[in-house]
Amino acid sequence: MKKLINAPDDVLIDALAGVAAAHPSLTVNVEERYITRAGGPTPGKVSLVSGGGSGHEPLHGGFVGYGMLDAACPGEVFTSPVPDQILAATKAVDAGAGVLHVVKNYTGDVLNFQMAAELAADDGVRVEAVVVNDDVAVENSTWTAGRRGTGATVFVEKIVGAAAERGADLATAAALAREVNDRSRSLGVALSACTVPANGKPGFELGEDEIELGVGIHGEPGRARGKLVTAKEIAGIALEAIHADMPLSGDVLVMVNGLGGTPLIELYVVFAAVAQWLSGHGATIARSLVGNYITSLEMAGTSITVCRLTPQLTELWDAPVDTPALRRGR
Amino acid sequence: MDASAFRAWIREAARLVVDNADHLTHLDAAIGDADHGINLRRGFQAAVLMLDETDPATPAAVLATVGRALISKTGGASGPLYGTGFRQAAKTLGEDPDVTAVQLGAALRAALDGIQQLGAANEGDKTMVDALAPAVGAYQTIVDTGGDLAEATRAAADAAARGLQATIGLQARKGRASYLGARTIGHEDPGAASTVFILCALATTTAGLTTEGRAR
Repeated sequence: MKKLINAPDDVLIDALAGVAAAHPSLTVNVEERYITRAGGPTPGKVSLVSGGGSGHEPLHGGFVGYGMLDAACPGEVFTSPVPDQILAATKAVDAGAGVLHVVKNYTGDVLNFQMAAELAADDGVRVEAVVVNDDVAVENSTWTAGRRGTGATVFVEKIVGAAAERGADLATAAALAREVNDRSRSLGVALSACTVPANGKPGFELGEDEIELGVGIHGEPGRARGKLVTAKEIAGIALEAIHADMPLSGDVLVMVNGLGGTPLIELYVVFAAVAQWLSGHGATIARSLVGNYITSLEMAGTSITVCRLTPQLTELWDAPVDTPALRRGR
Repeated sequence: MDASAFRAWIREAARLVVDNADHLTHLDAAIGDADHGINLRRGFQAAVLMLDETDPATPAAVLATVGRALISKTGGASGPLYGTGFRQAAKTLGEDPDVTAVQLGAALRAALDGIQQLGAANEGDKTMVDALAPAVGAYQTIVDTGGDLAEATRAAADAAARGLQATIGLQARKGRASYLGARTIGHEDPGAASTVFILCALATTTAGLTTEGRAR
């Protein structure tokens, strides 16, 4: 598989150097593996820290900046970051009002963030963690590790980031994050697998007429294999699954997210189908996001995330933000 | 079994993990995200390096160092789980420069308890616990009947290997594999596979040791 890299083992280091060179609004601590705002934390503001495996860019480093994250901790590709880097980032951005950890629900992410939060508490930093688990492909039961954190992570980081800029305290910020998570659901569909650089070959093989239904963002196979159908049918599959779990009505925020290997023109074809489906079910698209926001290297496919908005959530979604991947109002 | 015997164990475990990293990654690609071998290789290489750099004087210090390295360098779920296992094992060994078969048994039990407490996995969930739990049981059976350390570690490794085979028929209920549901049946669990390597290394490097942990 052809990749635009140097040595496979150097992908993270090389990419971090690139992020640092490309974005003066960010400070990249390559040695300790975390990214912060160049201007530093805001005194008295709750700081938002997130992180996870690399390979999902722009998530999370691309969302560091005014109105969103204060720090992002990139692990190796598809591998949870380690407590050391999360702890260092947490202490670096603690501005006296506590730190909110936004954790995607994967065993590794949860354990590493947990260990870091304990160590941070030992050092006198107030940390609260919220776990994002919006993916409907997985049953939330004792038979699984629980639902995965996917597209709703972007919504949480934006909405809570805005609230934090306005002075929300740690408890309020955490409650808001949980509210956004509870009101959001996602489903992903892949047309191709992806290749982890250090591994050299795709995670799984898909035939020319096959798709994976219910994929996550780490290149693992989905819940089931299906036949390639039209964008309209794929949108229908995703929205039926979401709607069955969380009935959709009223104003919604919809993200049609590219998993990395799908061109924007196709994402818009999907969005058209999504819009048609939603209007047929009495939901109104109040806000939208189309593009690559939480990817899985070069996996072809899309994940669709829908959030049932409230006036407050809509206002916070609209609030100014200034990050490499999302910018408005500033 | 002294600090240098523990270091020999870890060096051999690292060698097996590094030599079989592609195999572990291949197992993880089938039912996960294809990084288990890559991560553990990184973690164990760091552990060996840290042992060389700090030269711990006691068995406990060796295991604590390994635990710290695995937590700091591995990433994923394996780092915290294996790291906690080694750290909990270390806590049972105190300052003793030499440990007996009985003491090693308590350390292995503490490792299992630590891993289960952190990861909340039970036997049958298709995880590393499916190799480690039978291993700890088999080890204890030998030691309870006065057997040598060598026999006990061999029994542990064999039980782990059988546990690994048993994971093939299981549906994953923990970790990334659990997202795949019934599709995980028919595949070995990568975490159980790496546990087998670690315990095989323990068996090979303690092959000559008596109940007291000494060579014959």
